Amino acid sequence: MGGRIAGRTRQAKLRGDRLTENGTDAFSVEDLTVAYRGVPAIWDVDVNIPEGVLLGIVGPNGAGKTTLLRAATRLIPRAAGTVRFFGRPYEEVLSQVAYVPQRGSVDWDFPTTVIDVVLMGLYGRLGWWRRPSDRERQAARSALEQVGMQEFADRPINQLSGGQQQRTFLARALVQDARLYLMDEPFAAVDAVTERAIVQIMQELRAAGRTVIVVHHDLQAVRHYFDWLLLLNIEVVACGPTEEVFTEENLRKTYGGNVSSMGDVRQGEDVSHHEA
Amino acid sequence: MTIARVWRQIVMVLVVLAFGFVLFFWLLQNSFNLRLDYTLRTVALGGALLGSLSGVLGSFAVLRQQSLLGDALAHAALPGVALGFLFSGRELSALLIGAALSGWIGMQFIQTLVGTTRLKQDVALGIVLSAWFAAGIIFLAYAQNRPDAGQAGLDTFIFGQAAAIIEEDLWIMIGLSVLLFAVLLLLWNPLKAITFDAPFAVTMGLRVRVLHLILTTMIVITIVMGLQLAGVILMVGLLIAPGVAARQWSYTLAQMSLLAAGFGAFSGGMGASISALDADIPTGPTIIVVAFILLMISITLAPERGLLWRWLRERKDRRAVLSQQLLRDLLRYALGHGAATHATPNSFLVGIHGSATRACLQSLRQAGLVERVRHTQDEHSWRLTQTGLVEAERGLFHKELGA
Repeated sequence: MGGRIAGRTRQAKLRGDRLTENGTDAFSVEDLTVAYRGVPAIWDVDVNIPEGVLLGIVGPNGAGKTTLLRAATRLIPRAAGTVRFFGRPYEEVLSQVAYVPQRGSVDWDFPTTVIDVVLMGLYGRLGWWRRPSDRERQAARSALEQVGMQEFADRPINQLSGGQQQRTFLARALVQDARLYLMDEPFAAVDAVTERAIVQIMQELRAAGRTVIVVHHDLQAVRHYFDWLLLLNIEVVACGPTEEVFTEENLRKTYGGNVSSMGDVRQGEDVSHHEA
Repeated sequence: MTIARVWRQIVMVLVVLAFGFVLFFWLLQNSFNLRLDYTLRTVALGGALLGSLSGVLGSFAVLRQQSLLGDALAHAALPGVALGFLFSGRELSALLIGAALSGWIGMQFIQTLVGTTRLKQDVALGIVLSAWFAAGIIFLAYAQNRPDAGQAGLDTFIFGQAAAIIEEDLWIMIGLSVLLFAVLLLLWNPLKAITFDAPFAVTMGLRVRVLHLILTTMIVITIVMGLQLAGVILMVGLLIAPGVAARQWSYTLAQMSLLAAGFGAFSGGMGASISALDADIPTGPTIIVVAFILLMISITLAPERGLLWRWLRERKDRRAVLSQQLLRDLLRYALGHGAATHATPNSFLVGIHGSATRACLQSLRQAGLVERVRHTQDEHSWRLTQTGLVEAERGLFHKELGA
């Protein structure tokens, strides 16, 4: 638990720096616990993420990474704890938080087109009755352009590859023009083109001052993708700027001593990393 | 295929359906020159209306993977029909309200079972389906003893009986259909969103619980209204067959729903009319047979998704590969014998590549890539033409590149 407390102190310091900007964190979690049939999926999670950060949530399978996102967005019930976005409960800031679910969560044989899926990102704003106008269609097309999918706009979604599905989901979130993006495993089994497109968009979003929180399943390229990391294994192992958190000791705590895949991780030093 | 082309195709299918329907009635009028105009019109209209409604809402049920829930609901409505009759006699609205209530209680029971016990959904569905249906049969047997039961045609709720539809019923059906279609049109986008990705709709702040409730209620109303026509046992067929058939031809939900409405109207209208000709023809089964025929046609013939279409495409791919292989082998054989113009015996090629070779060589000849050299009456060989040589060399080149 030493790492956690140290992490907190660091965060407090960092928050102090940013107080002048906004005064509140983009994403703060307090004492969050979620349990399935009495077994905790995440336990007593405390996290404070300042605005404008590109955060990777990293941990082994079953660490509760997705559970954290789903509990934060109230898709699953919480056993205890509070979650705040920009200092307010989730229900009050829905339009400022965009969610990118795992692409396997829907039936891709559903009869609809790519542009239509992207337009669904605007249904929250349009409400029950209003139809998308030309302006909304334009927004959807430019979101598709951002992810390099403009020529797929009128394709049925069952013709897409896995990477194209993921980029369609990303475009659906981009069109919401949110302050905070929650992405659940966007890199899972995608091609190199898609991976590059997603990384570029994450960095563009951060450059525009948006907060991006990404659940990520492997340690490859973590240092290059994220400027903050949350190491999670049911409990929070460490949370803070990547260069402080991404240490062998923390990784060993997260992955239970088995970090052989990491090779020669040394404290504070760059992990060997090869571009795909 | 583009969306616009698919739309044209769907309009074409609908026109064919309409034409078939009109032709069918023309034949009826001419071969059964009876005074059934009025009854037939009521029955056909009622059948088509309920069919189209079932088609559209059935599309949603299919996409939400609620087909079996629909089946359980239909069965669970039976005790309500019988009780409704016991309390207020043959009054369609009373029967429908009874059916809806009974189906609703059945559904709540299913959800309670799944939510509070370790029973799985399919088990809960099976239990409610059979228990409610059993109770319905018992109530029905009791209701039959009433003097006015015979004319009410209560037993027809089991297999459906189109002739039982009277003009009064038709007005109730039209009213409810207009209401349901209006709600669908009004809430089209959010209903589509919760059907495609409900969790995402939640995160956007759409009131998903309410929308789910509205959609499920509409499916329940559709099922209950269809009971008189298709019967509790076969209602599920009218609910899902048009949607599944329509999915084969369509790219978007709007296309699927429109076509499902067409398929449903055709099945409902046609089945009801055929069964109205003779009291011995049960309505539900007739409707389902028509719907099933449309389904089989769609599964076989629909472009892109149809079995025939896929088979043709696979054959085309195989032919293309075989053509490349033949050109390559012709070149190799010729080079092996010293000159690119050397001919390869037909029997040699057939021996290697099998019976499809002949047809493939013929089409290569038509394309001007190979020519035939006749030796005797039944022995000939093949030689590459100048263009064929270029093509074959390109094929070899690709092969060597490892492409």
